[in-house]
Amino acid sequence: MPRIAGWGGVPAVEGHERLGESLADVCRPASLTRGLGRSYGDASLPASAGAVVAGTRLGDRVLAFDREAGILRAEAGFRLEQLDRLTRPAGWVSPVVPGTRHVTLGGMVASDIHGKNHHVAGCIGAHVRSLLIQVADGRQLEIGPEREPELFAATIAGMGLTGHILEVELALLAIARPWLVVEIETAPDLAALVAGLRTASRSWPYTVTWVDALSRGKHMGRGVIIKGRWAAADEAPPTLPARSPSGLLFVPFNLPGWVLGRASVRAFDEIYYRVHRWRTGRTIVHPDGFFYPLDGIRDWNRLYGARGFIQHQSVLPVDDGDDVITRYFDTLTRHGGASFLTVIKDCGAEGRGLLSFPRPGLSVALDLPMRGAATQSLVDALNRHVLDAGGRIYLAKDALTRREDFVAMEPRLAAFDAVRRTWDPERRLRSALSVRLLGDTA
Amino acid sequence: MKAILFGATRGMGRSLARLMAERGDAVALLGRDPDALARSARDLAVLGAAQVATATCDLLDPESFGPALDAAITALDGVDTIVLTAADFARPETLDADPARAARLVAMNFANSIAFCEAARTRLLARGGGTLCIFSSVAGDRARKTTGLYGATKAGLSHYAESLDLRDRPRGLRVVLVKPGFVRTGMTADLPAPPFAGEPDAVAARVLTAIDRGWPIVHAPAIWRSVMLAVRALPRAVMRRSEF
Repeated sequence: MPRIAGWGGVPAVEGHERLGESLADVCRPASLTRGLGRSYGDASLPASAGAVVAGTRLGDRVLAFDREAGILRAEAGFRLEQLDRLTRPAGWVSPVVPGTRHVTLGGMVASDIHGKNHHVAGCIGAHVRSLLIQVADGRQLEIGPEREPELFAATIAGMGLTGHILEVELALLAIARPWLVVEIETAPDLAALVAGLRTASRSWPYTVTWVDALSRGKHMGRGVIIKGRWAAADEAPPTLPARSPSGLLFVPFNLPGWVLGRASVRAFDEIYYRVHRWRTGRTIVHPDGFFYPLDGIRDWNRLYGARGFIQHQSVLPVDDGDDVITRYFDTLTRHGGASFLTVIKDCGAEGRGLLSFPRPGLSVALDLPMRGAATQSLVDALNRHVLDAGGRIYLAKDALTRREDFVAMEPRLAAFDAVRRTWDPERRLRSALSVRLLGDTA
Repeated sequence: MKAILFGATRGMGRSLARLMAERGDAVALLGRDPDALARSARDLAVLGAAQVATATCDLLDPESFGPALDAAITALDGVDTIVLTAADFARPETLDADPARAARLVAMNFANSIAFCEAARTRLLARGGGTLCIFSSVAGDRARKTTGLYGATKAGLSHYAESLDLRDRPRGLRVVLVKPGFVRTGMTADLPAPPFAGEPDAVAARVLTAIDRGWPIVHAPAIWRSVMLAVRALPRAVMRRSEF
């Protein structure tokens, strides 16, 4: 029996995906629908071994693209890479993109993904005009901000638990040129990094920071601030090269577990920091390299070996002068957590999705190699900080949060449960994540 | 290019039709399910096809071939390329248990596929020539325990395509015989994927190159050419023991 896992490789459940071109038929007997399996933890996994999981990836037709108004409608399995290829030459892009283009529209909506422009654009859910959804009893409904608004709000960031998303209609963002103007600066410590990020976000639509999570003392939290915006007509050529420059590197198999050990992460962080200190300044860059840097290394998750890895992403409501981030990183280093890619991003207002992740504050995303009980206690300790600060975790990246912690973080859960009671009273739709965090039966 | 594709609402055919649409070819889809045809037609129109037409056509019903082809040719106001990707597939265990299903698979993949190619061939020749692209399979290259009837029908289809190429090339008919290896489509979704499994988009890109250049035989992904060369060279005693 093949195994189904998310991008982190852990956990995994025995089962296979039900695939087909007609999404309505494929989803009908399924308890969950998944896209490309790029969420990290157990969000796209069946509730138990053998439970039927539908995959949308063969349902990837685009149904309409209005090149004047910038509105696109496609089947849920339509991928962001396909969208980019279709709409960029016409002067449109997805208003929000995650860190990889290997995601489906359905998955983007179900996770209510956010990106480097969250502080100005919100999540993808803010740009969804309409969804065709097949609810648990098999009925198909067209829903949107005005039609079945409660079901719509629960489906945005609903992790596939409110119904099977069959079609997505999205309002796109107009761009003058398909290139980005990017500036990079370095910050010598955490305070400077956070201050620099906040300043950058006042004038740049795309901002993010990468943090050296290993250095301690006065270098603690040093990092790189990356700022970007779409180029104006007089700044860049009108077209992109025919082939995107990425995809040349790949990881052929799971590497031994020690490869991403503490020493190599430290070396990477040192080099990354120094290279960027040297590279600072303004450049024109290809959007793929800017938005999807890791897509250039195919199957990069294999770098973590067969034991896999987890992500931990949380948003911490932070006031100026607050040291919650410092204490969070203290806990991380005290537990020996070596995070290869540590990203801090400032979030804007909360979105319309009932369980949508971002809220005003700082989001911290960590990559952590899976080391069993030690990783569990690290996540527990980090979640303590999240709870104390009144923050929450990102379900699309979670594998280890305990139910009691999640319930304590999530006052909106009752509203979400109420929508599920209305549309799926028997809780036919469920996942490994909903068993772990929402109390569903396996 | 003005292309008619039979079976292109799914799988490799869908990928091929999309590549044609993206570069602005005119495309007509033949298939059984009007809803699937309509959705795929919308997809191809958005992707940039110069023109999109559809006509219903059922591989189980040879009577439908001529009218569907004629309707497509009229809609496109001509044709220079006809592609057959429609086929049936079932594992040997399924066919053993259901003789009627087995008879249907043989009819669709062999007799009716050839009837469609004949209908396509006569129409292309009547217009002075063109390209006939036939999707067969590496399963027809060497008998294995798991190829069964499916492999036998594809062996027959490959034989027919090769003979057609020898006979009609001087009259302007270019036959492109496609032999896909294992490709991750809906057809193979329930099968364990072997090494060298391909993706439909990559296969389609190679097939389109073959159509443009008139290659008589194309393995896709390309590695399957070497794989099948090796498999064909294996002695019978080895094939008896191997389980693939």
